[in-house]
Amino acid sequence: MILNRLNIEKNFQNISLISASLVFVLIFSIFITLFVSAAPAINEFGLDFIIDSDWNKRAIATDNLHKEKGIFSKNHLEVQRYSIKDINDINADNDKDMMIDVDETNTKTIYGGLVPIVGTILTTLIALIFSLPIAMGIAVFLAEIAPKHISNIVGVAIELLAAIPSIIFGMWGLYYFAPMITKFFGGYQVSLLTAGLVLGVMILPFIASLTRDSMKTTPNVLKESAYALGATKFEVIKDIIFPYSRVGIIGSIILALGRALGETMAVAFLIGSVFVLPSALTKPTISIPVAMANNFGGASGLGESSLFYLTLILFAISFSIISFAKFFFLKRA
Amino acid sequence: MIKIIIFLSITLTLLSSANVIRGSGASFPYSVYKKWIRSYHNENGVRIDYRKKGSAKGIQSVQNRTVDFAGTDKPLSPKVLKKYNLYQFPGIIGAIIVAYNLPGIHNLKLSRHALVAIVHGDIIFWDDPIIANANKNIKLPHKKLTFVHRADGSGTTYNFTYYLSKISKRWHKEFGAYKSLHWPGSHHIGGKTNSGVTALLKQTRYSVGYVDYSDAKNNDLSMAAIENREGNYIVPTLHTFQVAASQSSLKTKKDFYTIIADPLGKESYPIVTASFILLSAEKTLVNEQVIKFYNWSFTHGQEIAKSLGYVPIPSDLQEKILLYWRSKGIRY
Repeated sequence: MILNRLNIEKNFQNISLISASLVFVLIFSIFITLFVSAAPAINEFGLDFIIDSDWNKRAIATDNLHKEKGIFSKNHLEVQRYSIKDINDINADNDKDMMIDVDETNTKTIYGGLVPIVGTILTTLIALIFSLPIAMGIAVFLAEIAPKHISNIVGVAIELLAAIPSIIFGMWGLYYFAPMITKFFGGYQVSLLTAGLVLGVMILPFIASLTRDSMKTTPNVLKESAYALGATKFEVIKDIIFPYSRVGIIGSIILALGRALGETMAVAFLIGSVFVLPSALTKPTISIPVAMANNFGGASGLGESSLFYLTLILFAISFSIISFAKFFFLKRA
Repeated sequence: MIKIIIFLSITLTLLSSANVIRGSGASFPYSVYKKWIRSYHNENGVRIDYRKKGSAKGIQSVQNRTVDFAGTDKPLSPKVLKKYNLYQFPGIIGAIIVAYNLPGIHNLKLSRHALVAIVHGDIIFWDDPIIANANKNIKLPHKKLTFVHRADGSGTTYNFTYYLSKISKRWHKEFGAYKSLHWPGSHHIGGKTNSGVTALLKQTRYSVGYVDYSDAKNNDLSMAAIENREGNYIVPTLHTFQVAASQSSLKTKKDFYTIIADPLGKESYPIVTASFILLSAEKTLVNEQVIKFYNWSFTHGQEIAKSLGYVPIPSDLQEKILLYWRSKGIRY
């Protein structure tokens, strides 16, 4: 009888160990798959990929990649206006029933990841800057200030916001939010700012509801003693509740960051999808998940593995941000 | 229970797949093929399965004989057709229009020169002389021009850039015809799918971009008249598309090996494009069925094509296609 119970105990422990180690196996195998698929691009472009802002640029192939890039961009700077003669020249050729063939062997495509990397980081930053103060306000209101029935209703509304599919946010952003942005800030309808703000709305419920839950765990004894010492409500929130629920707040931000970094569909409609570094917040650019979603279908060869390279970088960015947040903030908390 | 349902559905699909005609390829004609296939199935009970995988994948599949027929936006040369033992004929004709958002202006004309310059990013302001020359009766605003293009890879972009390559040597040399590309210029934005581009054009003042005719028509976008090869400015309508299609030099002898972008003819709208069907020459029985389907669509499917913004194949071209089938010994 006792032996049997011991057996169950042992099996139970083993099973939970397997479940836990499955996470490591998954992360590791995803990393390996990404690395293998990205290998051609890594070999071709190396770490320069991260600082190169040209994506899908065709250049005439020569032996030396850097030399050729130099020639190409020089040509590009000297772009002259099309002359009418240029257009008419081709008209003459047309009579021969010309078929244009794209000679893939003579051209070489350059891929660089700087623009999507910068775009991803910037949209996430804008989203966080926008949503963090609002989410804190919501959480404090729900946990400490609002009467119970109001707190319940608003709480449900916040959780519903989290349940809306991202495509809805994308379409809403494109048709209603984007014109508003242009009205207030000028510039383009689809831009870094539009994408960042809508992304902020999307991560708002995550931060707000998790922060509220962790604020609610503050023991009443602590709060009551503070009040007894003569602290005001603001002082209690600032000096008792925030320090106490710090771990929960940071946890919610980490979760929200994960969502913001990887959000694809909504951002795809709102960011403008242009491989250009934005010179202002109201200019269009692109993020890593959007580059994947837009180009993966038709990609092959080097283009495909460059996309995998981008994913690998996104993987590394998320991993380093999350581990930094964990070790730096949670250790001290 | 669930397992049984899954098992049943798998066996059912396996069983029924035996008499399905399989096709794959170009996405540009996908919506009209899909509708034709549905109404053909309703009338004749024949099952056809067409998947939009892109022209390149379609060509590959039919070369490896993994599908019964393939759709491609880019025709194959007679030499290549012979090598892989394939037949080729045009299945549908479509048109791409240039839409713009200029408050108060509804009759913009774009010369070939202006169109290439806009896409290339050479034109910063709308009142640039390159545009203004053709629009003497319009007061163009001194506003920055925004070019809107597709962000995702698409057959529309391929056909549009193909047209640009055909009218401009410089575009051909620097960019060429692709499904997605590194767009030049500093004032351009990308929309995801045709509806994304359409929404951006509608909402962004002083923008201009290319979309399928059907999307532009359904959303009431202003469409520019484009200068054709003979120097006339042609307003995009089904009529001018059909004139263009009948002017094209699609010849049965050369297996219809021509892209009809920028055709001759005084009244021809320039940015029209045919999408082609590839058949494996040795699959006589299947070919008969595929051709019966296309023959049906030429006669019964033209209204569907029109409603979707595609161009019905003109009757003289239909006759050429029938002649081509007969010459290959396919009964229909």
